[in-house]
Amino acid sequence: MPPRRSDPARPRPRVRVRVEPLGESAVLAELGTRLDTALNTRAIALAAALKKRRDVRQALAAHSSVTVQFNPEQVTHETIAAAIRRLATRRPPVEEPGRLHRIPVVYDGADLEMVCAQLQISPARLVELHCRPIYRAFLVGFVPGWAYLGPVPDELVLPRRAVPRTQVPAGAVAIAGQQTGIYPLASPGGWHLIGRTSVRLFLPDSDPPSLFRVGDRVKFFAAQA
Amino acid sequence: MDRFAHSAANLLVGNDVSAASLECTLFGPTLTVDSPCVIAITGADFEPRVNGIAVPMWTALALGEGDELGFGRRHELARAYIAVAGGIAGDRWLGSMSTNLMVGRGGMHGRQLQAGDTIATGEQWRPAVPGRELDASLLPHYGDRTLHAIPGPHIGRLAAPSREALFGSAFIVGIDSNRMGYRLDGATLDARGEELLSFGVVAGVVQLPSGGRPILLMADHQTAGGYPAIATVASASMPVAAQMAPGDELRFAETSIETALAMRASQRAALDSMS
Repeated sequence: MPPRRSDPARPRPRVRVRVEPLGESAVLAELGTRLDTALNTRAIALAAALKKRRDVRQALAAHSSVTVQFNPEQVTHETIAAAIRRLATRRPPVEEPGRLHRIPVVYDGADLEMVCAQLQISPARLVELHCRPIYRAFLVGFVPGWAYLGPVPDELVLPRRAVPRTQVPAGAVAIAGQQTGIYPLASPGGWHLIGRTSVRLFLPDSDPPSLFRVGDRVKFFAAQA
Repeated sequence: MDRFAHSAANLLVGNDVSAASLECTLFGPTLTVDSPCVIAITGADFEPRVNGIAVPMWTALALGEGDELGFGRRHELARAYIAVAGGIAGDRWLGSMSTNLMVGRGGMHGRQLQAGDTIATGEQWRPAVPGRELDASLLPHYGDRTLHAIPGPHIGRLAAPSREALFGSAFIVGIDSNRMGYRLDGATLDARGEELLSFGVVAGVVQLPSGGRPILLMADHQTAGGYPAIATVASASMPVAAQMAPGDELRFAETSIETALAMRASQRAALDSMS
């Protein structure tokens, strides 16, 4: 899905923000619950505006939410929540189209068989569906180099694992819910492993240390083992 | 992990709280002093000794060339901290000197210390005063394994019996726990609702995967996650959590933001009394 351009002639969207405490010095501000480029660009703009406040230590934009860590010696939850609601009404700037990455994948993941059985599709169909869209990088995070990509076709939507694995190998390509991603490093993980890639996503000596940046576009293609 | 003990060790030797210290998990190293320095040992009591003679913790100690710092056995807490006046000089990565073993960056070349390593110190920016100590009454209540926790954004997904179990029953830190998070064994909690989109998380968040076994996020936690956040441990309780080892028992006590802020303020005041 290409990034949707915001049209200056369009009326301002009605903004409803749910602000909930994450402990005594952080809040989670949810702009929505859908995987949607417009919500994502608004979350990114809101985080950028919040970072300019002196009482805000960190503001991380996710798909459709912003997690704000603040200094509770300087500001109360109520004041931060009010600032979030005010700043969330601003229209986000028009986003530059992100770079396009083409990523080779060997579809032989540990969960491939189970995923196909649950989705009632053949492995060939899974590959076709997973390779079809151009995905957007909604959020770079989790572990260094990881990007949350999506949305995946509806036929591939599965809940996360009930029990996350304690160790997933580096390069594993996985799906969960409406999303897909690549484990850049050996790390714990709760997504379903469908394949692997040799592309290096974690670039420790680059700044930022990640191949993917928020707003980048990613297309997968099947490769031979 | 234990920010209080790390900060206190630094302040005792005249460092800024952000200086690098050595974190020792479950047992301590043997260190030989190459040049005179002032150190402080805080956190878990691993029976520190200099040249075989027991030395006090939470106290600035002057060491001379050739002195040997060693440790005995662990009592109940899991992590000791050693700060040196001037701070420990390590590799910096993304603005931090912390060692990140997953990516192999920061600290001592991104790895654990090995026998034979030489630890360098930085420039002292304030003279260290040997004998300086932190009164035991100012320490966090390490012995009380109750973590004060504020209900999280997704607490409403818990059925009533699960909410009662979260705040009423004991959990054991699982064997598959690490600096990223503690997997907790105990009551299986039941959450309802649709899959969430991932969101930014903070240390102290209690995640609940659908399998019902909660995970408490610790210092090296991932930056984002998609499991429901059912509670967040108050920052003043995190040093207590940081001192736990697999097999230890803990409880969550439901706490208000106001109480968490008051606990935070008193912990801060204890550290401010040293700076």
